[in-house]
Amino acid sequence: MSGQAPHPAPILAVEGLRVRFGGGTQAVRGISLAVNRGETHCLVGESGCGKSVSALAVMNLLARGATRSADRLAFDGTDLLPLSERQMARLRGDKMAMIFQEPMTSLNPAYTVGSQMAEVRQRHRGGTRAAALDRAAELLAKVGITAPGLRLAQYPHQLSGGLRQRVMIAMALMCDPQLLIADEPTTALDVTVQAQILRLLLDLQRELGLAILLITHDLGIVARMAHRVSVMYAGRVVEHATAAELFAAPTHPYTHGLLDCVPVPGRTRRDVPLGSIPGTVPRITAGFTGCAFRERCAHAMPVCAGEVPLRERVPGHAYECFLPADWPQRSAA
Amino acid sequence: MRRFASLRMASAGLGALIVLVVLIAAIFAPLLVPHDPFAQDLNARMVPPVWMTGGGPDHLLGTDQLGRDYLSRLIYGARISMLIGVATVITSGLIGITLGVLGGFFGGRVDDVVMFLITARLSIPLILVALAVVGLVGSSLTVVVMTLGLLLWDRFAVVARTTTMQVRTLDYIAAAWAAGCSRSYILLREVIPNIVHHLVVVATLEMALAILLEAALSFLGLGVPPPLPSWGLMISEAKDYMYFSPWVIMVPGVALFVLVLGINLLGDGLRDMLGATRDA
Repeated sequence: MSGQAPHPAPILAVEGLRVRFGGGTQAVRGISLAVNRGETHCLVGESGCGKSVSALAVMNLLARGATRSADRLAFDGTDLLPLSERQMARLRGDKMAMIFQEPMTSLNPAYTVGSQMAEVRQRHRGGTRAAALDRAAELLAKVGITAPGLRLAQYPHQLSGGLRQRVMIAMALMCDPQLLIADEPTTALDVTVQAQILRLLLDLQRELGLAILLITHDLGIVARMAHRVSVMYAGRVVEHATAAELFAAPTHPYTHGLLDCVPVPGRTRRDVPLGSIPGTVPRITAGFTGCAFRERCAHAMPVCAGEVPLRERVPGHAYECFLPADWPQRSAA
Repeated sequence: MRRFASLRMASAGLGALIVLVVLIAAIFAPLLVPHDPFAQDLNARMVPPVWMTGGGPDHLLGTDQLGRDYLSRLIYGARISMLIGVATVITSGLIGITLGVLGGFFGGRVDDVVMFLITARLSIPLILVALAVVGLVGSSLTVVVMTLGLLLWDRFAVVARTTTMQVRTLDYIAAAWAAGCSRSYILLREVIPNIVHHLVVVATLEMALAILLEAALSFLGLGVPPPLPSWGLMISEAKDYMYFSPWVIMVPGVALFVLVLGINLLGDGLRDMLGATRDA
């Protein structure tokens, strides 16, 4: 991947990742992304574009019937591709942790919060249960849970959604991971709690130097959290850039469309309808060529059915489209 | 709604009480019995129970055709019924839960094999197999337990399989994988604790069924051999006398009915209670 010069060793480097499902659907078609230490990398896109599948593929947690392949998949300098399931399991929850979208169902109802948290620590780091529980209490306090001692002894059904997501975050931090993969961590929460959780993630990142791969469809969250952004569409990263770049100069027509859908207080006019992208994401099977967005794109040309070039707008900001980098200004003029 | 709930609690409590009483009778049988259940007294044959004319406080439930104290035999019979019920549920539970959980968890080929075994088992008629086994090996308590245990696992397997399939796809299992848990850990510590409340209910139903089947087998002369005081055997031995001494068949019959009812009530109650805390 080009334009990664300022950060020589990303914690997670993915190149040419592909995921195929049994029915021939190509969920992820050769995406590349790099997550740098201490940074938040947002993976944005609408439902079904392959964001979550990509994250699961990195963790090697794909469901049965899905196969992954990649040109390179490296975590902290270690090549993940040849690792056995056992070696992968040793990394998961230890150096790379994951939190999920549904806090209501992500905790095992049969065990107390403390028992689940201690288990993760003991599994990877050994030590006594008492030490693991101390660590759990410390982390619960860190994620802003009052009376951690009390919470440790409670069962998941005794906690609210926001509390559970905090517990999930604390549980993910039990072994001091270097990378946290967060799959829509706030989607199921109400707006106030969502803001609290995002703030918590930012604080934790600053404090622990955590790299976060944040999967979301919410551009508001991207604007708030991301250092770098990869926009996914139908299994491809169609544009990637720093967050500031992306919002200042979105170049792929799909990114444009996405940004047009978000109302901006003060700038969006009441009498003009909010933008929307017509159509839905196509299902991509073997033999598909060209730009997957061409059916929905206002700027589609006959060449779009062929191989699409990856163009660089500025170093570190690339997009997959035939349009020149300055097309938005031209079409506005 | 509230009244229904309390009614259910009451019936579950009644079931628990019945099971508990029978269990105590079974465990402490030697301490509780007024007479030796095997001691015959030909001078006191067919003594009616205490509430009928001719009955006396010495034999509260009367005596049978050989003059053995009916209450003592009933109490010792509880031992056999509970032993059969518990041993059968343990054997069949182990087989069925292992098969079901493996099939549900791994799917694919493993599941095909499990489904084939379940289908094959369902096509085997219980009583006929029991007949054949007794004919080949002869009848004893062990044979009855083994036969029932090896045949009654199908419901365990079916329930374990479907509930495992449901649980397997839940987020906390995904979270456990993401936390680096091993496959065996996820099976034993994440999946099984979350299906166990379904299995408890199956266990109670199977226990009641096993007790009834043992009684049926003993009645047919294929179950527990005499002179062991099985309730089914008591009914079987009494059937020749029931015209003039109806209590000889009523007493073990009612005991059987009450025990099976109690186990079923307990099972229903457990299902409601365990289910309720899950859904909360």
